[in-house]
Amino acid sequence: MRHEVRFSGFGGQGIILSAVILGRAAAIYDQKYAVQTQVYGPEARGGASMSAVIIDDEPILYPKVRNPDIFVIMSQQGFEKYGRNTRKDAMMLLDSDLVYDRPSCRWIGIPATGTAKKELGREIVANIIMLGALTGATTVVSEEALEKAILDSVPKGTEDLNIRAMKRGHELGKEDRKQ
Amino acid sequence: MQGNIASAEGALAAGCNFFAGYPITPSTEIAEHMAARLPKRKGACFIQMEDEIASMAAIIGAAWTGARAMTATSGPGFSLMMENIGYAVMSETPCVIVNVQRGGPSTGQPTMAAQGDMMQVRFGSHGDYSIIALCPSSVQECFDLTAKAFNLADQFRTPVFLMADEVIGHMRERIDLPDEVMVIRPRPLPEGVLPFTPVDNGVPGFASFGTGRRIPVTGLTHNEQGYPDTTNPARHESLVRRLVSKIEDARHEIADFQVVNEDAAFIFVCYGAPVRTVQEVVDRRRVPDTGYLKLRIVWPFPEKLLQRFTNVRAFIVPEMNLGMISREIERHVQVPVIPIGKIGGELHTPEELIEAVHFAGGDA
Amino acid sequence: MREDWLRNDRLPHIYCAGCGNGTIMNCVLEAVDKAGYERDNTVFLSGIGCSSRAPGYIETDSLHTTHGRALAFATGVKMAKPSLNVVVFTGDGDIAAIGGNHFIHACRRNIDLTVVCMNNHIYGMTGGQGSPTTPIGKTSTTTPYGAVEVPFDLVDLAVAAGANYVARWTSYHVTQLTEAVLNGLNTPGFSLIEVRCQCPTSYGRRNKFREPKDYMDFLRSHAVLKEKWERTAKPGEELPAESFLVGEFVRRARPVMGVADET
Repeated sequence: MRHEVRFSGFGGQGIILSAVILGRAAAIYDQKYAVQTQVYGPEARGGASMSAVIIDDEPILYPKVRNPDIFVIMSQQGFEKYGRNTRKDAMMLLDSDLVYDRPSCRWIGIPATGTAKKELGREIVANIIMLGALTGATTVVSEEALEKAILDSVPKGTEDLNIRAMKRGHELGKEDRKQ
Repeated sequence: MQGNIASAEGALAAGCNFFAGYPITPSTEIAEHMAARLPKRKGACFIQMEDEIASMAAIIGAAWTGARAMTATSGPGFSLMMENIGYAVMSETPCVIVNVQRGGPSTGQPTMAAQGDMMQVRFGSHGDYSIIALCPSSVQECFDLTAKAFNLADQFRTPVFLMADEVIGHMRERIDLPDEVMVIRPRPLPEGVLPFTPVDNGVPGFASFGTGRRIPVTGLTHNEQGYPDTTNPARHESLVRRLVSKIEDARHEIADFQVVNEDAAFIFVCYGAPVRTVQEVVDRRRVPDTGYLKLRIVWPFPEKLLQRFTNVRAFIVPEMNLGMISREIERHVQVPVIPIGKIGGELHTPEELIEAVHFAGGDA
Repeated sequence: MREDWLRNDRLPHIYCAGCGNGTIMNCVLEAVDKAGYERDNTVFLSGIGCSSRAPGYIETDSLHTTHGRALAFATGVKMAKPSLNVVVFTGDGDIAAIGGNHFIHACRRNIDLTVVCMNNHIYGMTGGQGSPTTPIGKTSTTTPYGAVEVPFDLVDLAVAAGANYVARWTSYHVTQLTEAVLNGLNTPGFSLIEVRCQCPTSYGRRNKFREPKDYMDFLRSHAVLKEKWERTAKPGEELPAESFLVGEFVRRARPVMGVADET
């Protein structure tokens, strides 16, 4: 089964890192095939940021995301660019603190930035909350694989913070917040 | 692992111990990775030069001390390297140049993919010459072909190019790292033989600086001793013909390719990122009666391969340029050649290639 | 002996009668010999121009490279194999025009190279065009009404950019020149020895120095010893017109690159 996951937000949120972690979880720890790509502009901070992961049981030939079935959207601009015309059966996780519109497909609002700031004290882990939510809301990657991939990728000394963020995200993803 | 990092790791596995470079999108990760890795290797050196002209010069200087030397760049930097690439050709200096192609001309599209330098790599420096250019279409091939580039450079005493593109350079896939890679070093310069006398299929032996052979190296037309001899037409002709033929004569022997569905009526010829779309269309049987020739070495062009497709009605050539290698194919075949040039920075979609097959007369 | 360093089968050389380059090569080879360098651990490099033909006459490994780029090639040689002694011959057009960027960066990195610049104020090999060191008012094929651009001072450039050893002499001052090259060889880091020299064929012919002796006389009479000038000049006093300072301008021990690890 081929899954195409699209991440979008603004530069500095860790949009590309999120895709790298997800791809790593699938390819290394879930023993699936994964390809990660991105589109980026000249900005290092701010500006629209997009990344994507394809996860498949078979080798991935065409490496670009065409028609994603899973979206992780972390900014209003990102929603406007990628979130408006999704396929009907897609699933979208959106950061309900930063995205004001809602899509026509299934969606779950995750208050990732607020939770990161208030409960965990570090806004920077909002993307990890979104990744955790992905394991709560979908089966695209296992929670165990994601945890290992996060531990591989985050700076030393922040492992505990990031795992707490992932677990909190997992809980938020499981609750059906569709309104 | 990312394609660019795989290129750097492939170089390291092949024993690369000298890297000179200058930051340029979308190749910079290679320099950054080498900057982290080379200082930890005994006797190895990473140096960030003042520009790409200097980077190319520095790897040539390093290569003459016996180093396995490499640089990495993209369009604008590649243009700056051209004069010294010609020097490397003329002085028969083994070295590896990675070009992660982006949209041009000029500064163009720094963050978008292209294959617009495929003619420049072949003909970009002045004068007649030939080179070897490899094109990876996966992260695994970034590793494998970079390692291989060092061997070809040493074997043929020539600059060898890894012509990647932004899609492959920035893509991440899982790769299998071999325990060790094959390493072929240059044939040593035999005692009593002049430094530019061909000893092996047109290729001279190599002795590095500081080993007592006292070799005068010049970019001028030179005799077998290395002494300039610039006004003798016969000398120039025999030297330049040898530089070309040592590579062109080996084009079928070193050809690196994959053929799928040899008997099909519609054959894609592809290299680099578009290979992936071709595989999606052909391997997944999205359209009938199609096959492909995937080239991992594009230059020297192995034209005899085109003759194996005896049922072919048309060659379809998807490239991220306005048709460069398609012209090379055109001059070797009788059937129609359909270039599918795509520029703007995005890879061909499967639908675009299926449409091309229909255009060529294939069934839906 | 310096004769041992020459490729006798390459002679006669291409230099014009009366050219200063042969004298300078002699001084450099004498210094290299005195420094204890050997033919098999020494590499000469050059770019393009009359000066840059010098390595081709010396019996060592050598790289005669592209115009202006010798220092970038030399950086590769020296950084890849610091045990080699690396000497670069260059000219004013080579180092100050097309190679200016490599020059200042090689000084900044303070790579352990000794660079001898034969400054004849003109492009000799291409037939006498103006260079970045052609003095104001002097004629060349591209400054037929006299040069109007302010020339570079190579010594000031090298000092400002960070070189560890910088000296200027002329083809007249052979003893001092040999000594300066030897000092450059023995100073770790980047050394520049600028040598003002005569080009009777191109510069001399167009600027009333037709005979080699004419320009040698000019060099002798207009070279002002830096040490003496600093001792005797009144505050604010300027050098007489067309005069220039010779001597050692800097010898220091800034951090260097490309020095062989002794261990």
